[in-house]
Amino acid sequence: MDTPAIACEGLCKRFGSKTALDHLDLSVPQGTVHGLLGPNGAGKTTAVRVLTTLLRPDSGRARVAGFDVARQASQVRARIGLAGQNAAVEEILSGRQNLVMFGRLCHLPAAAARRRAGELLSQFALAEAEDKPVRHYSGGMRRRLDLAASFIVAPRVLFLDEPTTGLDPRGRNEVWQMIRALAAVGTTVLLTTQYLEEADQLADAVTVIAAGRVIAEGTPDELKTLAGGDRIDVTVRAAGDLAPAARLLKARLGTDVRIDHEGRELSVPVTDRLAALTQIIGSLREENITAEDITVRRPTLDDAFLHLTGQQAPGRTVPAAEVTTP
Amino acid sequence: MTITLTPETPRTFRSQAGWAIRDTWVITCRDLAHWRQQPGAVIANTLVFPVMIVLMFGYLLGGAMTVPGGGDYRDFLMPGMFAMTMVFGIGATVSSVSADAARGVTDRFRSLPMTSSAVIAGRAAADMLNSAAALAVLTGCGFAVGWHPHRGAARAIAALSLLLLLRFAFVWIGVYLGLRFYPNPEAVTAVRTLEFPIGFLGNPFVAVSTMPAWLGAIALWNPLSSTVTAARQLFGDPIGANSSWITSHAIIMAVAWPLLLTAVFFPLSLHRYQRLSR
Repeated sequence: MDTPAIACEGLCKRFGSKTALDHLDLSVPQGTVHGLLGPNGAGKTTAVRVLTTLLRPDSGRARVAGFDVARQASQVRARIGLAGQNAAVEEILSGRQNLVMFGRLCHLPAAAARRRAGELLSQFALAEAEDKPVRHYSGGMRRRLDLAASFIVAPRVLFLDEPTTGLDPRGRNEVWQMIRALAAVGTTVLLTTQYLEEADQLADAVTVIAAGRVIAEGTPDELKTLAGGDRIDVTVRAAGDLAPAARLLKARLGTDVRIDHEGRELSVPVTDRLAALTQIIGSLREENITAEDITVRRPTLDDAFLHLTGQQAPGRTVPAAEVTTP
Repeated sequence: MTITLTPETPRTFRSQAGWAIRDTWVITCRDLAHWRQQPGAVIANTLVFPVMIVLMFGYLLGGAMTVPGGGDYRDFLMPGMFAMTMVFGIGATVSSVSADAARGVTDRFRSLPMTSSAVIAGRAAADMLNSAAALAVLTGCGFAVGWHPHRGAARAIAALSLLLLLRFAFVWIGVYLGLRFYPNPEAVTAVRTLEFPIGFLGNPFVAVSTMPAWLGAIALWNPLSSTVTAARQLFGDPIGANSSWITSHAIIMAVAWPLLLTAVFFPLSLHRYQRLSR
């Protein structure tokens, strides 16, 4: 039980002159959910493709479920599930037909494939739509079917590459519930995501990679601590007040101020939350700057990500799917 | 409690071969699923285009066509149209192969404990069945415009087999191009638009003797032309007088060309497929 579900050492992969993985090390204990975070192009998908036997690494070793991904690919394939960035299901087939087909390709006998399809359809809350062609499914249903397809052999290790990209909040919640349920029965899950909240919600531990190498590892809480202590966010009413307010807070508190122009928001790290809050409110009032909102908060994974990579998390801005037009 | 259904890993050659055949069959059924799910659309798609061309060339343009050496233009045209249907198959193969690769379906299959080569083998089998069906539909269409084989059933079947042999070679061209260009949808479309020039640079619609000499030479050595001439001979249709070596050896060349193309593009396709993991 002690061998990690995923273990890789010094994985390297180059595409032409571009280095996708640069001595990547990763160890994921059995039965845990592990988040793989990183800016776009950090090598997340390449890592997943190597670990799921789809891509041969240039050097380094990787074992999944106890088998070497390069030399024992078929043993690995018999023990993993993969849900990629696209829902790779057949549009014109029904949900049930899709699962039976994937079951047959997992070498289940016909009757077992049908039985397993039935179980998965109810487990993934698709029983009502089981005989409808997938092209009539919603985005969330399609993703759930894709997850179900990756779960046919009840894999020891499940790889999810951005499982909720492009889903609306409701679809995302549905998928999160499914992932939690899979993790609850002991499946090891490796999850790449653009949404830090997703990692925060689901992952026991997180690895942050950039330019193909690991730059931080730990539980979501440990990573947040890396980003420093508490913060206070101030949203000003007039965009013109942003710069004066930033100069004011920098002078009074003596710390760096992060400015988010789009959100008309300032963010400052603080040590004594209440004293700093009183001071900020007082200073703003003296200078006649109207604040729309002031929040005291613990650092988020976004802060940690920014701190570690010097970049805003790619999924930080609200994805188009979440913007509802009245 | 986890339900652990670890799939069987085949060990002996016999069981590996058995799984390879079963996996190929599952993929073939998947690739042909639209036959069962949307039969109307399939028949319309296979039928409309070739039938339209038969009518256009046979009746609109056909009146102005004379076949060198004599004979009815519609009789001359039908074997050409059969061969063009095989050419149109290239685009169909390219589109399905590239769409599967681009949408992650190929990766999903490759991550399963199935026989990896079944993905391509199933595609090939499905495309051959599709083309055989298209050929049957077009034969029916030929009968409707008054065409029929003149030299008996055995030679007619031989002609149809030569057409399918050409299609078999085209499958591998299509698989290769699909895997080569899938990240780039414009290239895939460009490949499809080349079908017509390939057809017109041969003898399906007009006899090569009506072309300028240099163009006629290219058209004669177009692999498509040998199959068309062989089919015309075997059906007993006019071949459009031509005394060149390649025309008088049309049947041999209609076997040799597809075998040569397959010998080139089958390994290239496999190489491309294996390169997906590089």
